[in-house]
Amino acid sequence: MDIAFYITAFVTVISTIMVITRHNPVHALLYLIISLLSISVIFFLLGAPFAALLEIIIYAGAIMVLFIFVIMLLNLGKETAKQEKEWLKPKVWIGPAILSAILFVELIYLITIAHAASYNLQTVDPKAVGISLFRPYLIGVELSAMLLMAGVVGAAHIGQHKKIILHRFLKEKDPL
Amino acid sequence: MSTMIQYVLMIVIVLLTLTTIAAWLIWLERRMLALWQDRYGPNRAGPFGLLIVVADTIKLFFKEDWIPPFADKTIFVIAPPIIGTTVLMSFVIIPFAPGILIADLNIGLLFFLAMSSLGVYSIVLGGWASNNKYSLLGALRGASQMISYEVFMGLSLMGVVMLSGSFRLTDIVIAQKGCWFIITQPVGFVIFMIAGIAETHRLPFDIPEAESELVAGFHSEYSGMKFGMFFIGEYMGITLISSMVVTLFFGGWLGPAFLPPLVWFTLKTFVFILFFILLRASLPRPRYDQLMEYGWKILLPVALLNLIITGGIVLMMNK
Repeated sequence: MDIAFYITAFVTVISTIMVITRHNPVHALLYLIISLLSISVIFFLLGAPFAALLEIIIYAGAIMVLFIFVIMLLNLGKETAKQEKEWLKPKVWIGPAILSAILFVELIYLITIAHAASYNLQTVDPKAVGISLFRPYLIGVELSAMLLMAGVVGAAHIGQHKKIILHRFLKEKDPL
Repeated sequence: MSTMIQYVLMIVIVLLTLTTIAAWLIWLERRMLALWQDRYGPNRAGPFGLLIVVADTIKLFFKEDWIPPFADKTIFVIAPPIIGTTVLMSFVIIPFAPGILIADLNIGLLFFLAMSSLGVYSIVLGGWASNNKYSLLGALRGASQMISYEVFMGLSLMGVVMLSGSFRLTDIVIAQKGCWFIITQPVGFVIFMIAGIAETHRLPFDIPEAESELVAGFHSEYSGMKFGMFFIGEYMGITLISSMVVTLFFGGWLGPAFLPPLVWFTLKTFVFILFFILLRASLPRPRYDQLMEYGWKILLPVALLNLIITGGIVLMMNK
């Protein structure tokens, strides 16, 4: 159990580092997908299968596809990879890297002093998720529904355009 | 230890059966298409032309495995196996008969949805890595089609989940003992079927590879066994959607006792596979924007209405 967790955590960290260091945007996104998948495995191991599958369905299956979609439309080629290579110089990343290394050491120290941090495994089934969503957190669900509605209305407003009729025969039939 | 061996044995059996079925489906499809179009179809190699599959496979293996120099080589190679892997992973949760299944997850239905949502990467990455305008167009169409139809697929299944009260497929099948869900959830069935055809990008919704406009769409640049993987993935997808339809709406392995449960399951699944082939034989392909409009303007409201009405009825019954 612990070994499985550490392996997945290792994969997650490595793939996330690869996301940052890849020059080609599509390769970076592929590593991000692997990172999301391994996070979902971690959810599984921690006894939250529902959250794990939602992670795959929503993040890996929908949002990342849209990311790739946009990148495909932008047609980023070798020039972008070259530009990225120029941007990712040691001068840029060395400062944040040192700072996060300090945080990492601190984290290891904290983990080692908090001995026997046994997580009590309790599988959360979909029913429990539903009950907690629609009882104590109902207001959050409703607010996020409103937010999404606002997003949809906004997108529909920005995306609307008058129908242009290109052919005279169509014009007679359809007087819009 | 013995349960471990049992697991491995089950996995191997399911894997071999599925890949074999997917391969012979090519023959079945060509024969049935020929029948419905009043011709013979492949009838030379072996009895009834059955060996055409072997001949085709050998041909695919000996074709030149060409990777275009302008392609993104790694992704070009990664893309084809993804579809087969995700479809085969989905079969993990399907109960073929009582006791004959690999994993009885309590979130089985969500697992199926997750795997089918990952399958889209095969098309998107394959089309993008080919670095070819036709492939890219096919990939874009495939991505938007599969993402949108996933939404309706998920929504159409929620009615079944409400009625059976579980995401576990065995529970769903057992809940259909009195009455199959096709009777209580006909709208859900129709939406799931349409979304399933769009998810497997089969005719009439094979818009990502529409050969009359896009050469061969996302797999224009693929040859040899890499193309074969896309091809087999498609047939495994048909088998998957058919067996999901049977499990969710047609009572899975349930049936009169004179035949064993596994035979009932197989028979029902083959009826739906034949239905898929009949669709290919008879329907024309819609235009791309028509497909999207049809999805968002008709299927989405209908799926939501179905959900609300089912929820209301379930609440009334439980009172």
